[in-house]
Amino acid sequence: MEYKDYYKIMGVKKEATQDEIKRAYRKLARKYHPDVSKEEGAEEKFKQVGEAYEVLKDPEKRAAYDQLGSNWKAGQDFKPPPDWDAGFEFSGGGFTDGDASAYSDFFESLFGHDFSRARSSQRPFHARGEDHHAKVSIDLEDAFHGATRSITLRTPELDEKGRLITRERTLNVRIPKGVKSGQRIRLAGQGAAGSGKGGSGDLYLQIEIKPHPLYRVEGRDIYLDLPVAPWEAALGAKVKVPTPGGVVDLKIPAGSVSGHKLRLKGRGIPGKPAGDLYVILQITLPPAESDQARALYRKMEQELAFNPRAKLGV
Amino acid sequence: MNIREEILTGLLLDEESTLTLGELSRACTAHAEWIIELVDEGILEPIGSDIAHWRFSGASLHRAHTTMRLQRDLGINLAGAALVLDLVEEIETLRSQLQVLNRRSPGN
Repeated sequence: MEYKDYYKIMGVKKEATQDEIKRAYRKLARKYHPDVSKEEGAEEKFKQVGEAYEVLKDPEKRAAYDQLGSNWKAGQDFKPPPDWDAGFEFSGGGFTDGDASAYSDFFESLFGHDFSRARSSQRPFHARGEDHHAKVSIDLEDAFHGATRSITLRTPELDEKGRLITRERTLNVRIPKGVKSGQRIRLAGQGAAGSGKGGSGDLYLQIEIKPHPLYRVEGRDIYLDLPVAPWEAALGAKVKVPTPGGVVDLKIPAGSVSGHKLRLKGRGIPGKPAGDLYVILQITLPPAESDQARALYRKMEQELAFNPRAKLGV
Repeated sequence: MNIREEILTGLLLDEESTLTLGELSRACTAHAEWIIELVDEGILEPIGSDIAHWRFSGASLHRAHTTMRLQRDLGINLAGAALVLDLVEEIETLRSQLQVLNRRSPGN
């Protein structure tokens, strides 16, 4: 088990006042709140900060923690010294409603016992289980056709002796056709078990569509960059276009330019209404590698009075 | 490890699925009064003329949950939470547009 330096996590000095600790917590909580922050590892940091604050805001727990001494370094292998907490009474000095199961082993080993006792005495015997949240990554094709995904969830639970254990369970979940990135699926009763007559919590799965090598997805709309030859864009053409639902024929109007957006109505992700597929034309030049190609380019240069920079006035 | 062979079908929380006031408050483990406060603040926008006929979209559930966490974790009041939700939504839209632009520019 690793020693945790709560002062370092909070970015405050050991002799910081309770007010300073509170201010530091407020600032970090805003910064790393998982609903607000998109920073990498924000959720993990938010939990650490919450755990550190849980200890440092409570003068009793803080004094006990300080008593461990200042020789410990963060990450160092840690075993609590015997009777380390002798003379300290954790009389329920303001437990937050924070998710206790999210705290580290280090925290559990120091405060776990009294912590859970204080909590259970506060709570009514019949309590609904907590809701669980998980993310599921799916391929664009799965959103298009629907799929079944098997999801492994690791849930912290208390065993018969009241110790914290991690239980793994695998669920097979149907991903409905037409889901959008960011949408959630609610599985009623698949969260944590309740206590007493309280029902189980719910499980929420947040759908994320993985980046695709060809398509970009925005809501139910799909974007595809389509390379076209200069003569196809200039003269118009009928070309083949891949879509997640299969290859389709697309008519390119004469006089198209690079970046031109063509809409294929209803060819996006299915739904009510179905999304659209947008094809963005990218004019691709044939390489001038052969004599013949170079001669053709030369001929265009000589016979077309074309100044691509006319609008720039040069 | 406990493997279940059955396939679970959940409720997709989209524009199509709707929840009543009772269903929403149960799913949030919150009082109906709290949900009504969220409606008054404009955080949730149910359709239906009066409370008995209110229908909340599936996305409301996520907004209500987020509001609850913001209140609990950061001590934000409802007006502040409404503002945070709107700003986060706007940032997400901008972020995805930025991603599209960034992915397109290297090829050009």
